Amino acid sequence: MYALRRWSVRHARGLNAFYRAFESVVCGLHPVWKKIGYARLERPVAATERLVKGALFDCKMCGQCALSSTGMSCSMNCPKNLRNGPCGGVRDDGNCEVLPEMKCVWHEAFAGAQRIPGGIEKLRTVQLPVDRRLVGKSSWLRVARLRAGAPE
Amino acid sequence: MSFEDEPVPGYPLPILPGHSSPGRLERVLRAGHFAVTTELAPPDSADPEEVLQRARMFDRYVDAINATDGSGANCHMSSLAVCALLTRVGYAPVMQISCRDRNRIAIQGDILGGAAMGVCNILCLSGDGVQAGDHPQAMPVFDLDSISLLSTARTLRDEHRFLSGRKISYAPRVLLGAAENPFAQPVAWRAQRLAKKVEAGAQFIQTQYCYDIALLKQFLREVADLGLLGKVFILVGVGPLRSAKAAQFMRTHVPGVHIPDDVVKRMAGAKDGAREGRQLCIDLIQEIHSLPGVSGIHLMAYKQEDSVPEIIDRSGVLRGRVPWYPGRASAPTSANRTFS
Repeated sequence: MYALRRWSVRHARGLNAFYRAFESVVCGLHPVWKKIGYARLERPVAATERLVKGALFDCKMCGQCALSSTGMSCSMNCPKNLRNGPCGGVRDDGNCEVLPEMKCVWHEAFAGAQRIPGGIEKLRTVQLPVDRRLVGKSSWLRVARLRAGAPE
Repeated sequence: MSFEDEPVPGYPLPILPGHSSPGRLERVLRAGHFAVTTELAPPDSADPEEVLQRARMFDRYVDAINATDGSGANCHMSSLAVCALLTRVGYAPVMQISCRDRNRIAIQGDILGGAAMGVCNILCLSGDGVQAGDHPQAMPVFDLDSISLLSTARTLRDEHRFLSGRKISYAPRVLLGAAENPFAQPVAWRAQRLAKKVEAGAQFIQTQYCYDIALLKQFLREVADLGLLGKVFILVGVGPLRSAKAAQFMRTHVPGVHIPDDVVKRMAGAKDGAREGRQLCIDLIQEIHSLPGVSGIHLMAYKQEDSVPEIIDRSGVLRGRVPWYPGRASAPTSANRTFS
């Protein structure tokens, strides 16, 4: 939802702090996830993730979430799927070249990143091309798995 | 201008130490000359002569010719093919690659193919959205973006491998470029965005049309503060406006083009719009030439390509230097032995 998405960027600082705490909980529970089995968890967790992040960020379930590096503005909402910053076509009012009625996702990201400590530096991270095999999968479980040193 | 080791047209120059490419543009830039590039609008035709005719208009005046890749999301002859035609006769093209129409498999193949045909410069672009062009119903690909494309091209060149990790036996020797728009929102982020492009592999940038010197100066200051001067060659985009009406149209309808009110006013006050547009362009070029940190200009004279020689000539930025062109004696003579 567009209005909620913009609210999330305005509250990027709080959301980012919450997200980081949530991440450490999810990662800390790796032994539990492992016991239940990541494969078995994939569907229900992905469905939950889609629901929560879909509402808050208009998440597109790319499966390799970069929200914490993009000022809590989901870059997959960019019609050009740009993962590394705005294109050169952003309008003078900060709206999108392709969808003039929408704020540029990266204009929002820049605003959000300014609210997060260290957010601007994180925008400098060069994001790799999207791994299309992960689309639709849970990013939370993937992070927990990777942090624990387990294979993808 | 010709280099002492200038080869037969179509053959690459020797790669000098510290250079990435065997190209003439890199030679000119690294020698500290004020470089001039322009763009060639690929024809809506399969006739190679139309490409060569358009290129010949720029003879004596430009160091490299950009071959656009479906610019404005309109269908034209491919940039790869235009480059192939140009390199055959010895022109130095900049092959533009847009992420809009091809995925990473096709793009990496094109980089190898372009380099194999003598392309020494690649410009990595995200590309205009399909809605802007003549095929709005097309599938927008955008598998990569301009920055991941830069890092992909650099991986091919410097690590001699594809993104998949598979080895390349002979890497593409290319100078990597990108675009930047210092005049688009968020303006405060644009210099940092350039830093990111440089980090991803950009060695030169060509900017969007500049009609606002104040904004350009601010951008250059920020770029200098970030320590980027010396790491990337900046070619500022310029172009002649055809009339006040065209200026008005461009600033309202062409995404990313910023034209201040006083420019529109100046155009509106002129009797001969096209003439005033050329004069304005010359004035801008001369002002840009005097700015520290600028390595050259990128002249985009869309549908006014025939005005390129006059504009460059009258601006005087080549300072008597004559860029090499096919047909010009390739063997060094006393007149062109130096960078005169």
